[in-house]
Amino acid sequence: MSLQIRLRVNNNAVTADVSPDTLLVTFLREHQHLTGTHVGCDTASCGACTVLVDGIAVKSCNILLAQVQGCEITTIEGITPADGSLHPMQAAFKACHGLQCGFCTPGMIMSAIDLVTHHEHSSEAEIRAGLQGNLCRCTGYHNIVRAVMQAAPIMGGAKS
Amino acid sequence: MSSTRAPLIGQPVERKEDYRFVTGTGQYTDDIVLPRQTYAAFVRSPHAHAHLRSLDVAAARGAPGVLALYTGKDLTSVGGVPCGWLIHSIDGTPMKEPKHPILAEDKVRHVGDPIALVVAESAREAKAAAALVEVEYDVLPAVVNPATAAASSTSVHDIAPDNICFTWAVGDKAATDTAFARAAHVTRLSLINNRLIPNALEPRAANAHYSPASDSYTLYVTSQNPHVERLLMAAFVLGIPEHKLRVVAPDVGGGFGSKIYLYAEEAALVWASRRVGRPIKWTAERSESFLTDAHGRDHVTTAELALDADGKFLALRVDTIANMGAYLSTFAPCIPTILHATLLAGQYTTPHIHCQVRAVFTNTAPVDAYRGAGRPEATYLLERIVERAARELAIDPPELRRRNFIRKFPYATPVGLTYDTGDYEATLDRVLELADVRGFPARKAESERRGLRRGIGYSCYIEACGIAPSSIAGALGARAGLFEAGEVRVHPTGKVTVFTGSHSHGQGHETTFAQVVADKFGLPLEDVEIEHGDTAKVLFGMGTYGSRSLAVGGSAIVKAADKILAKGCRIAAHLLEASDEDIEFRDGAFRVKGTDRSKSFAEIALAAYVPHHYPIEQLEPGLNENAFYDPPNFTFPAGSYVCEVEVDPDTGAARVDRFTACDDFGNVVNPMIVEGQVHGGLAQGIGQALLEGCRYDEESGQLLTGSLLDYTLPRADDLPNFLVQTVKGTPCKHNPLGVKGCGEAGAIGSPPAVINALLDALAPYGVRDLEMPATPLRIWQAIEAVRGKR
Repeated sequence: MSLQIRLRVNNNAVTADVSPDTLLVTFLREHQHLTGTHVGCDTASCGACTVLVDGIAVKSCNILLAQVQGCEITTIEGITPADGSLHPMQAAFKACHGLQCGFCTPGMIMSAIDLVTHHEHSSEAEIRAGLQGNLCRCTGYHNIVRAVMQAAPIMGGAKS
Repeated sequence: MSSTRAPLIGQPVERKEDYRFVTGTGQYTDDIVLPRQTYAAFVRSPHAHAHLRSLDVAAARGAPGVLALYTGKDLTSVGGVPCGWLIHSIDGTPMKEPKHPILAEDKVRHVGDPIALVVAESAREAKAAAALVEVEYDVLPAVVNPATAAASSTSVHDIAPDNICFTWAVGDKAATDTAFARAAHVTRLSLINNRLIPNALEPRAANAHYSPASDSYTLYVTSQNPHVERLLMAAFVLGIPEHKLRVVAPDVGGGFGSKIYLYAEEAALVWASRRVGRPIKWTAERSESFLTDAHGRDHVTTAELALDADGKFLALRVDTIANMGAYLSTFAPCIPTILHATLLAGQYTTPHIHCQVRAVFTNTAPVDAYRGAGRPEATYLLERIVERAARELAIDPPELRRRNFIRKFPYATPVGLTYDTGDYEATLDRVLELADVRGFPARKAESERRGLRRGIGYSCYIEACGIAPSSIAGALGARAGLFEAGEVRVHPTGKVTVFTGSHSHGQGHETTFAQVVADKFGLPLEDVEIEHGDTAKVLFGMGTYGSRSLAVGGSAIVKAADKILAKGCRIAAHLLEASDEDIEFRDGAFRVKGTDRSKSFAEIALAAYVPHHYPIEQLEPGLNENAFYDPPNFTFPAGSYVCEVEVDPDTGAARVDRFTACDDFGNVVNPMIVEGQVHGGLAQGIGQALLEGCRYDEESGQLLTGSLLDYTLPRADDLPNFLVQTVKGTPCKHNPLGVKGCGEAGAIGSPPAVINALLDALAPYGVRDLEMPATPLRIWQAIEAVRGKR
């Protein structure tokens, strides 16, 4: 048995015939070849697979493709400008050395974008609490927090 | 160095590799899908210790999508997973070195031990088929606890009936005992260095492919050292000629030691890829990582420190039991011996040290190097016992350390190392200032107004990086060389590609190494590209571990770059019609000394590849040089850390409020990257102290902390902002860059600082000891236990 799913991925309309138990992350990585979204665990604990579903950060390993019927999915590839420049959050991670091995980075950036979009004026403590669902084993979070604080006013400025 | 720009060395240059990582365009092993890809799953033992009575694979073989299924019987002609370090016991006998089969033969020895390999059209089908394999087990009692393993009636291996792998010692026992006999004071400490599970965020993965066209294999693998992986697999496991096996470690999502080793799964995949005739991929689930990645630490230690009436250390006596797990992982025997006991002098002049280490087998996952590898274990016991001694003698802890600092270099310790340089006073002075230790009483009073207990703890660590030289390591049991290789390839246009045997999996080599080479040749950073991680591209390599990459790998690159410049001088001499001795390379150009005649770097490169006017009689064309660098000694970074914690005595909840680190890494190439390395190390060290602890059930041998829901990795809100600074330190004296290594320092220095701070906070309750991880429950129990006694 297969299900037909219609959704938008990074601004493109996509139709898929998939088995009903297909996870969103499997669809993104294996069907759409969007390998920037990573899988780091099997208990929805690490957040490496975080993408935006209608602008809300979601762990894509923990949701079925069938649950995002008609939704707009944004992955790390979808926020990257085509001209070789960077989204303000990506630029801030680079400028602040908010990444080392890079494996958690796409998920961390997607979570941080959700955080800043919905809580523009977060304090350091609020940012730490807001990133609680994303594990990084390399940076000790110090520079990730700095990056989010640096990107927040730039993203806010771009919005207004 | 170019006159047109400032040196790049010392600058916090943004990382060249980051664009691909922040855009999700890095390529990790699991991202690679080869034509006609197949997928593997492993059948694993659910028991810690059992005989395999029977295996029924018929249903699995017939399951949908299954292409092949192999068990231990199919691999009897294949070697076991080899061990790269041989330790001899005190009595001269070699360590017990049982076979570590790729797939279990007659017995399983830890939960997760692989029994069968299933290859199918999809990962889902492989996993479904693996569940259909029927295994009958005769379950045996399990031995888990290293402290009691030697007394157990259960033997993990027949060749080690008492479960002892080796009993090794270092230092002069008689002199140490004599010193204890005349001590004014002896401080004693028993502790456990808690077992940790590394948990690099990218799970281990491999993709193996055999090409009949070239009769050769390619393995993509999550490895910190692809050449070592190739050598071990070719020479010891599969008997494949080394030139017929290419190992590629692409982007690797963190290692922390756990990806140094050759693992059974990787060998099984390479072996099977030829038989299946299609590429086979396996990616560990996180649960498999927990069960089968090599774990770290797991020492049970008693230590005694002898002091004279003035607080001078007279002698240190240490007895450690180290858990090896069920099999010897690649470098396991080296960790509690060569990388632990030899570090026990720390920053101190203790004249007599004796350490005995008994390594034992248990029915647990293998234990090997994890960030720091032996050095955190040494530092933890030393800095705990020093602080306990200070408390017993009512001496200010920094002052007691100061009285015992080594001040003259080179300094030969009584446990085999010779420190080339250091200035321990400088890092201690600086950290006390940075941490505002003077303001501690006011902060403590403020915490108390909120009903909280505040404590301060110190740690002064020494690290030994870049294990070396090969000759001494060989005498100590290494079965491999400990050099590094590098190649500098100057292209006809003067652009440069550098090939290094080091492997970057977060460390930023593509930037740091490029800074070094760009400065060497006076080039812009973007003219230098660093290649690593592919045995078909890089001439050779020993890889990245032990904070060695810049000190050893970087030095190899500098050696190769020097050869480029030497050859460039000879080409320039020909073109400028001068003698070789009159040419110097300065400010990005080859110049005739004392004149304004010169040739740019790019002009010389072009001349080397278009040798129309060229000293062809004396010199080969081309501008490409290799170098191997075997260091004459370890490097010895050192530093001082101060931790302040706040504890809620009603709940036991503890929080690191301030953490200040001051390190001497010698010369620093990229301070931004160095600070980042310290941050990461601190997070793992604070994790060990407060959050992380691997637990096996003592009876069944089941892993109780087998998922990220059970094993607590530090999250953003578990950690404070760090105050990290490097001093303008003491450059290493024996490598060309004067660098020491910074990757593990944070993980080495921080656990004792945290626990010392907690014990300071809890001193008013009479709490003298706490086990790591110091969870709220343990802290609360420690307070209540003392309260109960009153």
